[in-house]
Amino acid sequence: MSDGFRIAIIGSGPAGLSAAARAAELGLSHVLLEKTDHLSDTIYKYQKGKHVMATPSQLVLRSDMDFEAGKREKVLGTWDEQAAGRKVNVKLNAEVKAITGAAGAFVLTTTRGETINAETVILAIGTQGNPNLVRCPVGEGAVVQYQLDDPGEYIDEHIVVIGAGDAGIENALGLAADPEQRNTVSIVNRSAEFSTAKDANIKALLAAEAAGRVTILRETTSSAIDKGWITFDTRDGELKARCDRVIARMGSAPPRGFVEGCCASFEEKDGKKAIAAGTGVQFSSADRVSYPKLSPTFESTVPGIFVIGALAGYPLIKHCMNQGYDVVEFINGNTALKPADEPILEAKFAGLPGRKSVNEWLEFLRSNVGILNGVSPLQMREFMLDSEVRFSRAGEMIFERLETGSSLFAIASGSVLVQVDKDDPSITVPIETGSIFGEVGLISGRRRGATIRAGEDAILVEISRSAALKLQSQVPAAKAAITRISTERQLLQMLGSGLKSEDLQDVLDGAEILTVKAGQPIITEGEEGNDIYVIRSGSMVVEKTVGGKPVFLSYLPAGSYVGEMTLIAGGRRTATVRAAIKSEVIRLQGAAFAKLLDANPRLKQNTQQLMASRQDVNAFIEAKKDSFSGVVDMYSNVANFLVDQGIGEATDVLLIDENLCVGCDNCEKACADSHDGLSRLDREAGRTYAHLHVPTSCRHCEHPHCMADCPPNAIHRGPDGEVFIDETCIGCGNCQRNCPYGVIRMDSVPPKKPSLLSWLFLGLGPGPGEPSKKWSYAHSEPGVEKPKKAIKCDMCAGIEGGPACVRACPTGAAIRVAPEDFLTVARLEREES
Amino acid sequence: MMATRAATPGRVKGEVLHDGFLRHKHFKWLKISGALSLIVIVGYFLIDVTPRHNGGSWYGYVLGTIGALQILWLTLLGLRKRAMTRGRWSLKAWTSAHVYLGLSLIVIATLHTGFQFGWNVHTLAYTLMMLVILSGIFGIVAYANIPTALSNNREEMTQPQMIDSLRSIDRQLHDAAQPLDQHLAALVQSSLEQDPFGCGLIERLSGRYPDCATRAAQAAIRRETAYKPNLGEDPLEKVDALLVRKEAILARVRRHLRLKALLEVWLYVHVPMTFALIAALSAHIISVFFYW
Repeated sequence: MSDGFRIAIIGSGPAGLSAAARAAELGLSHVLLEKTDHLSDTIYKYQKGKHVMATPSQLVLRSDMDFEAGKREKVLGTWDEQAAGRKVNVKLNAEVKAITGAAGAFVLTTTRGETINAETVILAIGTQGNPNLVRCPVGEGAVVQYQLDDPGEYIDEHIVVIGAGDAGIENALGLAADPEQRNTVSIVNRSAEFSTAKDANIKALLAAEAAGRVTILRETTSSAIDKGWITFDTRDGELKARCDRVIARMGSAPPRGFVEGCCASFEEKDGKKAIAAGTGVQFSSADRVSYPKLSPTFESTVPGIFVIGALAGYPLIKHCMNQGYDVVEFINGNTALKPADEPILEAKFAGLPGRKSVNEWLEFLRSNVGILNGVSPLQMREFMLDSEVRFSRAGEMIFERLETGSSLFAIASGSVLVQVDKDDPSITVPIETGSIFGEVGLISGRRRGATIRAGEDAILVEISRSAALKLQSQVPAAKAAITRISTERQLLQMLGSGLKSEDLQDVLDGAEILTVKAGQPIITEGEEGNDIYVIRSGSMVVEKTVGGKPVFLSYLPAGSYVGEMTLIAGGRRTATVRAAIKSEVIRLQGAAFAKLLDANPRLKQNTQQLMASRQDVNAFIEAKKDSFSGVVDMYSNVANFLVDQGIGEATDVLLIDENLCVGCDNCEKACADSHDGLSRLDREAGRTYAHLHVPTSCRHCEHPHCMADCPPNAIHRGPDGEVFIDETCIGCGNCQRNCPYGVIRMDSVPPKKPSLLSWLFLGLGPGPGEPSKKWSYAHSEPGVEKPKKAIKCDMCAGIEGGPACVRACPTGAAIRVAPEDFLTVARLEREES
Repeated sequence: MMATRAATPGRVKGEVLHDGFLRHKHFKWLKISGALSLIVIVGYFLIDVTPRHNGGSWYGYVLGTIGALQILWLTLLGLRKRAMTRGRWSLKAWTSAHVYLGLSLIVIATLHTGFQFGWNVHTLAYTLMMLVILSGIFGIVAYANIPTALSNNREEMTQPQMIDSLRSIDRQLHDAAQPLDQHLAALVQSSLEQDPFGCGLIERLSGRYPDCATRAAQAAIRRETAYKPNLGEDPLEKVDALLVRKEAILARVRRHLRLKALLEVWLYVHVPMTFALIAALSAHIISVFFYW
């Protein structure tokens, strides 16, 4: 086509920019379309001076654009300069709203009504999406913006912030922070409550309202915006107010709808316009985090449309830039080009026996491992970057019982042996080629349940937790396979008693996996029912009503089961079991389980023993209730308080007995002095009940929220169960935002202090503990920029003697406990004495 | 039942209870120092020193050496507390030993003197040591009683939060006082201007602040509002309510600071006296050997 471009690239982030630079270098006719008035909007929106990191460090950068870690301004400056220098054909303010046509003749329509013709299209639009726009009419000359860079810019203005989520609240507070700016700031919230914002933000906003610095308009929407004025619809009718500027922060729409609609044909469905099946750019699953289906050359299901960057599932800048380069090479016919990650994969496969190319190895693993069968070649490549493959000789240990590890193993060839009896290593059960093991750690985050050795020479794939989760969301068949195997194994391991896989088939057929919200009961006291519940993830609390009040009986961590009492002894449920945190349970049909018990006398005996010990606890509490009701209430309340504080998902938590704490903060100082001068705990903050204080410090959750979205996958669980962040942290702050307990801080390592003795005798340096910001600033190496990274408790892993906070407590107030140890009746017995 | 879970290494499975420094390991150090004191007392009565027990006898030297070494070791707690080295030590165990061995010094050093006192450097060292021990006893009592009160008083608020809420009320007072008459506004102004904690040690430790401008302002404004009907729109009523709130928070902060001061004040005797003691002790030892 003569009037069109060979390549149209949508999105000028690292991926799109790199693609455009390659096209310019190859002399291909191209256009780079950017919806805003500047390049690389996502990085542009980073706060001023943010340090942009370049990870993974082992990945070689292959792009015509330069990139190295540094300040946001420097990175953007380099790109602007090079884009201009390499004659990249950039078209700013061009937001594409639709793509039609087919390979060789695509037509792109922008929101301004322009059309652009292109032979191929590269989608590099990232996952950030577009901000939701104000829906009311906006008059001529009215200022409506969707972002606030520097709140200090505006003075003497009437500003209305629409949307009371975190972004809106932070903007409103920023604008009202300095009374010298004399801004009149209002914030508009559609409902009466602030449901989407963080607690701290809501508190700050309400305080600002009480202080008269911000006006909050509740149950209000804007109905018209004009120059100098805004009209609201309030509960009590229409309200008109002065307004020089509207800042709309109403969330953003993910770009998936747009992507799916590219070149799709539409059909009428239930009165709505819907995409006809099999047309448009297809995604791998309906899951919210799934990505478009792509060929090894990044081509989507619509020939001629290529997808790269974060939208393709690669959030890191280096990956994006490499893909930009590669995709243009592919489009230009260079099919022999090896991906830039080829050397990394080559190194991974180097230790394996037999000489195969990277692609052959990938295909070998994909076809031999059951759960990988449905994975595309491109996904396989990405998957292997996150995973390890190893060769184990017969008899070699893969992992040991009680080791911590959250990775999943798959057997590509050979077999392994599981030592089912911890005391007798000779009793083993084999797992064959194509199957998986280690899935318990993946699901519950707990220690390994058994030692596993290679039965014969074996090639094993070790899949990291995040890669395994990604795999499950992308390939439904893999998810189903993992679930069935893990349920079966969990039951075998939990019930023990020499059970075999075939014994369980009846029970498994009726088994059902349920998700239980925090606080929701799975068993209610007094009800009928004889089903058994196995806690797959999360934890439960058992309560019994005594004298009209619920009394805490016990705490059940993942890996235990409950409900055996009515099954064995008959009658109604004797206690209520409810989820301490969001949990997953396996419900087993009572009848099938009863049959299993009858067939296995040993299992029956074990279950009866468990029941007897639980009945003892019940009887003990009930007996105490009469004579020591105050003590029992107290015990119950303390237990509930701790569960509310997230102890239910903790594996190890710092508690402070405020009957002993003298407030010397030696725990914080010791923490700082043991870890590069930065304290990972805030003693004084946090909740307290009955003088038991839960400070702001990591609980090492069973399912760490911080791990959920870590771009470089830098958060791991260590050998002692500690959750820690390694040095590959890029400082993005996702973990800090995801932690519901506020225990992660972003900071840079302060300069080294003079020794303790020179402080004691010569007064040099700031003394023990975290140095003040002022001191750090004054003593930092001039000109050296230290990046801010995420910092959290690592339980003093690798430090002999254990957690410094506990060792350094002069009065014994600080203790570290595991919930199942702490929440037992032993505590009650002690308090009574 | 918990096949996949095991106790974290270094923590005893089922360890759900914990002890403070006084009860550490079933009063291990109380028992040790009690036994030591008992042996020393029994020795004092069984061993016949002629003409009488004194610091210069062989038994006196033994007691003196034990005492001096103990004093040096007790001083090292200050270093131990601040040096975050690796290893299996617990500051709680050190504190426990410090308390009980320190108390045993009363017996050991007193018997070392053979009850011979005078106006000299020897008795000076003894007196300083007793002062250190007395301040330490005050510290034990404080550590045993005050933390609970401190915890009750702060009700989950941190010190910075308390200061923040004071500031926030001050800002609101400043705005609310704008429409007031000159003489009333001046009262509010005096509350805003006074540094509520700028005071002496006596006020800090007693928790009594007789010159509190906030209380004076609140009382004066209450006199103004007392005889007027509260219609809910008088700016004076708002100022009155804010001043009452400020007083309540001030009272909490002052109690907090008082308790923290009580937890620390004895250290200002304990630590300098320890250094004075070591100086006097050195003089005592040197002079003894010099005049041998």
